[in-house]
Amino acid sequence: MLETILFAPLLGFLINGLIQRYRLTKLPIAIIGCGSVLISFVSAFYIFLQFLEDPPSWRLLTTTLFEWIPTLGVDVSLKMDALSILLTLVVTGVGFLIHLYSVHYMEKDSGFGRYFAYLNLFTFSMLLLVLANNLLLLFIGWEGVGLCSYLLIGFWYEDPLKAQAGKKAFLVNRIGDFAFLLGLFLTFQTFGTLNIESLSQWTFGPDHANVITWITLLFFIGACGKSAQIPLYVWLPDAMAGPTPVSALIHAATMVTAGVYMIARLHFLYLQSPLTLSIVAGIGLLTALFSASMAFFQNDIKKVLAYSTISQLGFMFLAMGVGAFVSGIFHLITHAFFKALLFLAAGSVIHALHEEQNIQNMGGLHQRLPLTHVVFLFGTLAILGFPPFSGFFSKDEILWYAFQHHFMVWFLGWLASLMTTYYMVRLFTLVFYRKSSHEGEQHLHEAPPLMALSLIVLALLSAIGGWIGVPHIFHIDHFLNHFLGPVFQTLPESHGTPATEWGLMAWTTLTSLGVAIWTFLSFHTDKAWLTHFKLKFSKLHRLIEQKYYVDEFYHFMLVAPIRNLCIFAWKKIDTLFIDGFFNGLASWATALGLKLSLLQNGNTQTYAIIFMIGVIGILMSLWI
Amino acid sequence: MALEVILFWICSVTSVVAALFVILHRNPILSALALLASLFAVAGLFITLQAPFLAAIQILIYAGAVMVLFIFVIMLLNLQKDPERFAPQGVPVTLRFALGLWVFIGLSIPILWTAFTWAMPPTPGAYSVSHLAELLFDQYLLPFELTSFLLLVAMVGGVVLAKKS
Amino acid sequence: MIGLTHYLMLSSILFSLGVLGVLLRRNLLIIFMSIELMLNSVNLAWVSIANFSNRLDGQIFVFFVITVAAAEAAVGLALIISIFRLKPTTHIDELNQLKG
Repeated sequence: MLETILFAPLLGFLINGLIQRYRLTKLPIAIIGCGSVLISFVSAFYIFLQFLEDPPSWRLLTTTLFEWIPTLGVDVSLKMDALSILLTLVVTGVGFLIHLYSVHYMEKDSGFGRYFAYLNLFTFSMLLLVLANNLLLLFIGWEGVGLCSYLLIGFWYEDPLKAQAGKKAFLVNRIGDFAFLLGLFLTFQTFGTLNIESLSQWTFGPDHANVITWITLLFFIGACGKSAQIPLYVWLPDAMAGPTPVSALIHAATMVTAGVYMIARLHFLYLQSPLTLSIVAGIGLLTALFSASMAFFQNDIKKVLAYSTISQLGFMFLAMGVGAFVSGIFHLITHAFFKALLFLAAGSVIHALHEEQNIQNMGGLHQRLPLTHVVFLFGTLAILGFPPFSGFFSKDEILWYAFQHHFMVWFLGWLASLMTTYYMVRLFTLVFYRKSSHEGEQHLHEAPPLMALSLIVLALLSAIGGWIGVPHIFHIDHFLNHFLGPVFQTLPESHGTPATEWGLMAWTTLTSLGVAIWTFLSFHTDKAWLTHFKLKFSKLHRLIEQKYYVDEFYHFMLVAPIRNLCIFAWKKIDTLFIDGFFNGLASWATALGLKLSLLQNGNTQTYAIIFMIGVIGILMSLWI
Repeated sequence: MALEVILFWICSVTSVVAALFVILHRNPILSALALLASLFAVAGLFITLQAPFLAAIQILIYAGAVMVLFIFVIMLLNLQKDPERFAPQGVPVTLRFALGLWVFIGLSIPILWTAFTWAMPPTPGAYSVSHLAELLFDQYLLPFELTSFLLLVAMVGGVVLAKKS
Repeated sequence: MIGLTHYLMLSSILFSLGVLGVLLRRNLLIIFMSIELMLNSVNLAWVSIANFSNRLDGQIFVFFVITVAAAEAAVGLALIISIFRLKPTTHIDELNQLKG
């Protein structure tokens, strides 16, 4: 069963990958592409239903496909437990919806087959990552999704900027991967195994503390690369150069959450190192604030959503950092729903406006694109955390556990969510409500059926998806705690009173509501105060708009020196030295040959003379 | 014993003088005749070395056939006297002479330094043709056959090379 | 008493004279004759060693050497004749077409 889930997308990739060069009709490609993911989803769902009936200790499915590297004790073995089944459902379910969406979105593209092949390969790699039972296999999936990210971001590779974005993603990811590899080495050296189950059974002694801190930190750096946290987040905004469904799938719902998943999987290691957990939480929080601020002044619809993703990932890491692993996964799931929805809806807008992405050029779409407008609203309400949408439950749970940890943590988290409200409402208003120049144009087309279907399903999930994790103060069962809890064996402390909990919930909701209304009114009509603000704080405005010049800084510190080194190596060392050396060698050999050829002057007696000299030589050896 | 000593000295001096004649004289015909004389002298030496059959073969084939062939070719090509025989191009005469001398020294030194403990065999005439034949057709059969093949090849080659096309 | 040394010295003298002939003379045929001289000296060496070691093997080899020398002389002279047809000279310095 596990093999079906894993290998159906791989098969889809192989078939589509091989036939795509023949530019056949779209239908078979689409069927194979979407169908393979559907097969995985259905199989996973079946297993999920089984799991629901089983008691917690029985929720485990392992298969070993074959023995791979005996010296490392690494087999190709897969494990499905409560954690992986949830992620598998998200990857295949949301993935399937996005595949459906892509059928219409990419229908005019000549690389249709190639696109679906890559998507299937991505799904396979992501599933491998999630189902892996040992760290090496996980790393292979990790690298695989990085590869697919590169392929899909640079999908329209004829445009050099887009190709460069793909390269940037891959290179920045690589830095994280390097750290991850070091972590793998250290793990193997310390514990002698890479098997996750064996590691989880390990009894850790006090002498392990230091090395575990290193291991977890290294893995976390890898996660920073993959899940776009500070300082390795710079690739994600650029990744918007890829097709919108790709952004939805990879850079919202699945790949970027791999880092969060990894921490959840290795929670037993992280719990041994409070230092790393603090760092995780700190970086998560910092990233959440930092990137939320950058979203304030972005004018590209996809870029706003990209920074939003980085920010929400920060929330997830914050949750992991304070020990609320279940909450982090909860937010991962709800985020997958509403962020994918937002991206797909944005895609619908872009499609309708003929590839226009600048929100300053949009407006007044609430009547012209009714379906898109409604689903976008659902997505926005979810990300803001309005009850009863899904984001409310997951985000509030994180804030609650943050509050348990330290008041400041909660405070900064609350601040970040207010900032989220601001930029999301700004986005929503500018796209759908502001008076625009499009008023007199002809009818814009709304999303076609397959795209609409995905949008509607995701909207529904964003609305009701939160009910899997209702806090106990509502007196309804927290399904996720029961389902997922046993995987983590310990839940974080919850020692506040119900009153505090209600109070915090109400506070965040009301403040959010206030900011939302104020923002909406500000952007609904062009108010003068905004331009006034921009003029007064122009330097600050500039700084944030230019993303704090982080890209430029990296370019100056890292990219330019390396580039110069490479150019130097090429021009001086390669061309001058090495080529010169070999060319010189060749010309020297030719010159020597020319000189030696003079020895053959055709005169037989000369040859005889030389002959005799040789004979004398031999004779002289007889003297000895 | 004394006869052999006298014979040795006569034949050896003859062969050396004749060899000198070969390499020094202008007239190629006379050089060929001198070589003939040298071969005869060596045949004489063969007799003192208890190889009468070989002496006969030498005279018959070497002196009789090969040298005659040489003389035929010299007369065919109508070679004249060769006055500027020692005006070489390239490497100078002294150097060539030195090389030849050096070869001689290189050969002589091992010969003179080795103390040969072998002596003349007790009875002269101990070996005969039949002994030779026994060895030739028994132990050295393969080289014998190959040599005959070689002769055939040489014959055919000679004819092909020398005929007018 | 005439010992092996005498014969071998004689052989070496004849050999060196042959070498000198090859190195010093211009005429192709004289050079060829010098080569025959060298072969001859070697034959002498073979026979003298055969005699003084009480074995017949040396004489067998002389047999073969003479045969091969004959064959070689035949072919060599045929070659000289055909070269002569091409370029009517036997001066070795003029026969230098095979240069590098």
